Amino acid sequence: MTALHERTARDLVRALHAGEVGAAELVDAHLARAEDDRWGSFLAIDAERARARAAEIDAMPERPPLGGVPIAIKDALSTRDLTTTAGSRILEGFRPLYTATCVERLERAGAIVIGKTNMDEFAMGSSTENSAFQPTRNPWDPGRVPGGSSGGSAAAVAAFQAPWALGSDTGGSIRQPAALCGIVGMKPTYGAVSRYGLIAFASSLDQVGPFTRTVGDAALLLSHIVGRDERDSTSLDWPEPVAVPSAEDLRGLTFGVVGELMGEGVEPGVRAAVEAAVARVEELGGSVREVSLPSSAYGVSTYYLIAPAECSANLARFDGIRYGPRHEDAADLLEHYERTRGDGFGPEVKRRVMLGTFALASGYYDAYYLRAQKVRTLIRRDFDAAFAETDFLLSPTSPTVAFRFGERIEDPLSMYLSDVCTIPVSLAGLPAISIPCGLSEGLPVGLQIAGPAFSENRLLDVAHALEGALAFAPAPPGVA
Amino acid sequence: MIDDATVRHVARLARLHLDDDEEHRMKEELSTILDHVDAIQALDLDDVPPTTHVLALENVMRDDVPHPSLSADEALREAPEVVEQRFAVPRFEP
Repeated sequence: MTALHERTARDLVRALHAGEVGAAELVDAHLARAEDDRWGSFLAIDAERARARAAEIDAMPERPPLGGVPIAIKDALSTRDLTTTAGSRILEGFRPLYTATCVERLERAGAIVIGKTNMDEFAMGSSTENSAFQPTRNPWDPGRVPGGSSGGSAAAVAAFQAPWALGSDTGGSIRQPAALCGIVGMKPTYGAVSRYGLIAFASSLDQVGPFTRTVGDAALLLSHIVGRDERDSTSLDWPEPVAVPSAEDLRGLTFGVVGELMGEGVEPGVRAAVEAAVARVEELGGSVREVSLPSSAYGVSTYYLIAPAECSANLARFDGIRYGPRHEDAADLLEHYERTRGDGFGPEVKRRVMLGTFALASGYYDAYYLRAQKVRTLIRRDFDAAFAETDFLLSPTSPTVAFRFGERIEDPLSMYLSDVCTIPVSLAGLPAISIPCGLSEGLPVGLQIAGPAFSENRLLDVAHALEGALAFAPAPPGVA
Repeated sequence: MIDDATVRHVARLARLHLDDDEEHRMKEELSTILDHVDAIQALDLDDVPPTTHVLALENVMRDDVPHPSLSADEALREAPEVVEQRFAVPRFEP
């Protein structure tokens, strides 16, 4: 019999409803692993509250839909009374007054939050090394990063500390760490999930989404968080319920392999694993052709103007007045702002706030911010053209496998380029999923499947069919 | 391509204190990043409209219905300094 912590969320929900296991036992099994700090996945664990909630659910005459299954939450999502820092000193010890809508929906459905996961400060980074508090280790190799910015959520799920987790994705922060940790990560269509209670990084790009070990679990988690929320005016009425995927073949579907994302800069081992997955797509009856997204070459440049510009505005609120630590010795209000922010923000956040303030400043706005928004239009048009002749697009999720600590942190641009495959999809607001498709040098490789807006159900079906054919065993050696 | 004065000007606009060492590194790093993103300067974008929203959303409105809000004590709970049920700020001269 498979140990409780190794089972999928769907299986655990079924077992809870069948009376084979209780929420208390499940929460204990996962807390025991979460409290093992080998990987540095968690910033806060709330064992007391999780156990109390489990007892409450176990005593209910009828279990809620998710039955009392544990979940880990990225620390960018506000949880009432439970410290929420977004990985930043400027929010050290902060206890929100409300819970993010997506977390509230999950709790109402019977999920139990066991803790908050580590992340790059304010979700700015691709390795979780920018966390102000601790590094997170990749369960496949503790000398390597888990990816980022949602590295704690990815490591927690890969190391069986939680059956599933929530993350947020602005330029790849769910998909890239999922790829580097050998699990499933999905960024839904922009607006699918309410951003209320998500600490904002770049508001035209931010989306919440699932980390899971199977595509079926991703569908189940997504089904509980999508939909309109009147507290987020960009959230959408969801066109159809998110269904649990069941497809076993890909007959009748056309797949475009993105030429620009299979060439230079992609490690040979990553390319080989993705090419092998493309061969599986054909074996399952899908037809494959090469497509071009010519403007995607400008994706990273465009993103690193738009996202910092938006972050420089969003992070203006961190001023040490209403919450968070403040600089104590300022002579006047201006110095108070400058010193509080100078003390509270780490190097990458400062860099992005500076870059964004520059791009929006008088004299630079037209040449930088406005031009970037125009290039964004070109990138969106490329996707429209590609989806006119294909149903889904395939590429690596990350051009490399997990890299070593310290390898890129001193060279910001090299870190930025690790999001080259995920950024164009983000700029176009489209849904994409990363599924593990093999190993290179003993480390997981992720395949990114992107679809048109609102294609989540079909996307999950495709990923499910392919997951079956790829038969990737999600357990890092020595972890289970 | 970006000089000391520009770094200091932008830091002031961003309300961000940088020490001398940070200022120096910021100049180097921003220059490297801007060199890279300057790739977009070569594109002909005259007839391309900027993206304002990725999906064609109509203006979203809701009914204006009063809801319960936070009490003053709750709203002040996380404040670093409170004076007479208000957020305290350092003195400033207009």
